[in-house]
Order: sequence, then structure tokens, then C-alpha cells
Amino acid sequence: MIDKITVTGGYDKQGNKEPVEEVIIQKGEIFGVVGPTGSGKSSLIGDIEQLAQEDTFSKRKILINGEEPSYDDRTNPRKKMVAQLSQNMNFLADMEVGEFLSLHAKCRGAKNACVDKVIELANTLTGEPIKKEHELTILSGGQSRALMVADVAIISDSPIVLIDEIENAGIRKHDALKVLSGHGKIVMVVTHDPVLALMTDKRIVMKNGGMEKIVSTSPQEKFISKKLNKIDELMLHLREKVRRGELVEDLDIDFLELESSRKK
Amino acid sequence: MKMVIVAGTPGSGKTAVLIHALKSLKLKNLKSSVVKIDCLYTDDDKKFAKVGVPVKLGLSMDMCPDHYAIYNLEDMLSWAHSNDSDYLMVETAGLCHRCAPYTINSLGVCVIDATSGPNTPLKVGPFLSTADIAVVTKGDMISQAEREIFREKILEVNPEAKIIEANGLSGQGCLELADEMMKAKEVSEEEELRHSAPLAVCTLCVGETKVNKKHHRGILRRIDGFESYKGE
Repeated sequence: MIDKITVTGGYDKQGNKEPVEEVIIQKGEIFGVVGPTGSGKSSLIGDIEQLAQEDTFSKRKILINGEEPSYDDRTNPRKKMVAQLSQNMNFLADMEVGEFLSLHAKCRGAKNACVDKVIELANTLTGEPIKKEHELTILSGGQSRALMVADVAIISDSPIVLIDEIENAGIRKHDALKVLSGHGKIVMVVTHDPVLALMTDKRIVMKNGGMEKIVSTSPQEKFISKKLNKIDELMLHLREKVRRGELVEDLDIDFLELESSRKK
Repeated sequence: MKMVIVAGTPGSGKTAVLIHALKSLKLKNLKSSVVKIDCLYTDDDKKFAKVGVPVKLGLSMDMCPDHYAIYNLEDMLSWAHSNDSDYLMVETAGLCHRCAPYTINSLGVCVIDATSGPNTPLKVGPFLSTADIAVVTKGDMISQAEREIFREKILEVNPEAKIIEANGLSGQGCLELADEMMKAKEVSEEEELRHSAPLAVCTLCVGETKVNKKHHRGILRRIDGFESYKGE
């Protein structure tokens, strides 16, 4: 049972101590990781994925329930506490979808029956359906990404979930996030997207390889987040229209104007 | 003196990983000498020299680089002794996936590229199956699922291997590798290979360039599996 993880700060790219000395993430919390490209967001996620023990270049240390994880906890996929969706958009493994998923299920000690469930779930997130006998390497970026999401959600069902830039793949990001961040999990989302960033409880701001500060999502931001979701739904709706080959005939943004006139 | 032998597929990041480990050992005031074995060309010796360790380069030219490395080990060891080093690091260019240049008391490190596909561990043979440590590089370029499958395949070939996931660019995992180097055994005067070098005793080995069977003598294995010795 994991109640919290602790990230003890290390050093930034210049070897200076990180401004944030400690981050504690409790069970059920969603944390964002934001910052410019190259600021060390993926490295922070990488440290957590490996449950770093001052053995990576940042010299960060990750504790589970306040204690150091064992070597086996860190490396054995059957015991792995962390599921990670990386930024990769393509598979490189030269095998069929079905074979790949059964192999991964075996590694994680999951039942083979989940293979069909993974494909079914992936197909709710992407456009053209993925089939068991498809070669992994011919899947599109969106299909690959959807399959990775479903694989993380079902086969690598771990208490800690790390998600790196889910917005980049043209898949339904809200649905994907919902699928990944099950009840009572610790979730970290690396993102450049304000829609996702404002959905989190807190966000770690990265700069120059170090954790610069932690921002809690304010009540005002929560309010804005709802509006952003509506804009996002609108964009999604338009995207589907364009994808289906239809004409876009009007733009209904009244809900935004209504809000601003109420403020006056 | 401890001896570390680093083998692995071309382009897997052997040099990059070794350089990060060398830096970590240096910070602990441990001295290393490095021998880089390659076939025709390398400028890796310059990269090692930048770390500030003594470097020797061996080009095997038209000979098998592993054979060349194996019978030159005693000279490398005495050179490292004369440098007053704690470690001799030998990086080989093993190409045919059939040799394993590790000796009994050396630390055998196999560097293998995770992007090369999940069946690679099954293809590379003794330099993985007889290694003490398998360093998996470029794992950041594939999904966690592919990484986990890759790891499982390594354990299928070498259940005893300690697997270190490393990144040759950032140096991630190389501290752990340096720690393993510190735990390595001392080499003895009379080292022995863990695995025999491949059978290759025919006229091709001495320079014949004609391609068909009728031009060759020695131990010839036919594609249907039949093996014969032709000659006197």
C-alpha cells in the first residue's frame, strides 16, 4: 500500500542545490510538472520511474511511505510500483500487437485475458481501430499512443502513474487521463497544456534542471479550468467534424461571452 | 588490479557508458587505464583521453578483434600496472556475436541497445549470456512496456545478470555501474576465458578469397548441417 512518495531535492544542471528541497505527494493527488523545454521535466519523471537513490545526475532521492525502496522493488517489473507513459510516439519492437501485449502481461504477472481488454480500451481513444494481428511498427502515432495508454492502464496497473505530454498525440486527452488516473493513485502529469495543468492539484515548476517552486492550483484557476474544459470540448468537437470531412458552419462561443459580461 | 571487459553491439554506447563510469571512479580517487580495441578506425581514444586517463589503442585490422584482444591481455595488464592503475578497462569491438572476451576473474560488462528489438538478447550469444552485468542503453527511446519485455528477454538468456538501465548521454545508471566495478574481483596471473572462441579453422582464415567449397580446406560446415574435414 502506497500512501505517499517523497522526492528529496538534488541539484540542477549547473550543480546548484534545487530551490525545492522536498516534495511530498499523497495518495489520490494529481501533480503537474511544467516548465520550458529542456528544463528537466522528463528527467524528474525519469528519477521517479527509477525510484532514484541519489544515483542519477540530479542526485534526487525518492522515498515510498518515507522509506527507501529495495533493489527488487526498483527493478522487478512484477513488483514495480510505477507505471510510466513516456513521450514516445512509436513502437520499435518488431512484433504483432497481440504477441507484444501477452509478453508484457507475462512480465508484469498479469493475466493473458487482459490483452483483448487493452485493445478494446485503446480503440476508444483513437480513430482507426487497432487489431490484434497488426504489426506494432506500422501503427500510427495516435494508435501507438492509445495502445500505450491502455497498456499502462490495464497491464502496468501500478499505484504511481507518470504521464509525459499526453496532449501531443491527437488522442482524446481527457479520456486518456481519466483511464490512467484511477481512484486513489498518485499521478504526475508532464504538460505544456493549460487545460491539463489547471486540472491538477499542484504543479511543480521546473527551471534549468531543478525544481524551482510548487504552485497550488488556486480557486480562481479551478474556475478558469472549467471554462478551459468547455473551450477544449469545442475544439474537440470541431476536430472531429473536420476529421469526418464535414464543413464547419458556425462557432458557438457564447458561453465565454456570457461569463465575461456577467463579470462586468 | 581489477579488470573490466566491456563488450557490446556496435553503436550501443559502450564508450559513452564507460566514460561516465570512469569519471565516477576518478571522483573516488581510483585510477584506471583504458584499452580500446577496434578493427579499422576509431577516435574513441581521444574521448577517453579527455577524461584524463592513460589510453592505449589497438586496431586488429584484418584479424578478429576479440582474438586480438584476448592474447594481448597480459601486455595490457602489465601496461596498466606500470601506470599504477587500480583498474584495466578493455573495450572490445566484438562484431560476430559469437565471442565473449570475458575472463573468469574480470568483470564482464555487456552493453546492449534497447532500441535494437526485443529479440536481440536472444541473438547476441555468449557476450550477453556469460556477462556479469548487462547495461541496457537508449531505454528512454522506447515505451516502458518494451523496456520490460527487453529486460525479461535478457534474463531468459542470462538469469544471473545484473541489469542496469543506463543513458550514455546523461550518465544515468553509470554510478551503479561504477559501484559494481568496485565490487569486482582481482585478476590472477593466469586468466582463462569463460567461453571458448568460435571454431574457424579453414582456408578463409588465412586469406583465400574464392567463395565456393571446392576451393577450401579445413573444417567446413555445410548449410544442411553436415560437417566435414577436408585436407591432409
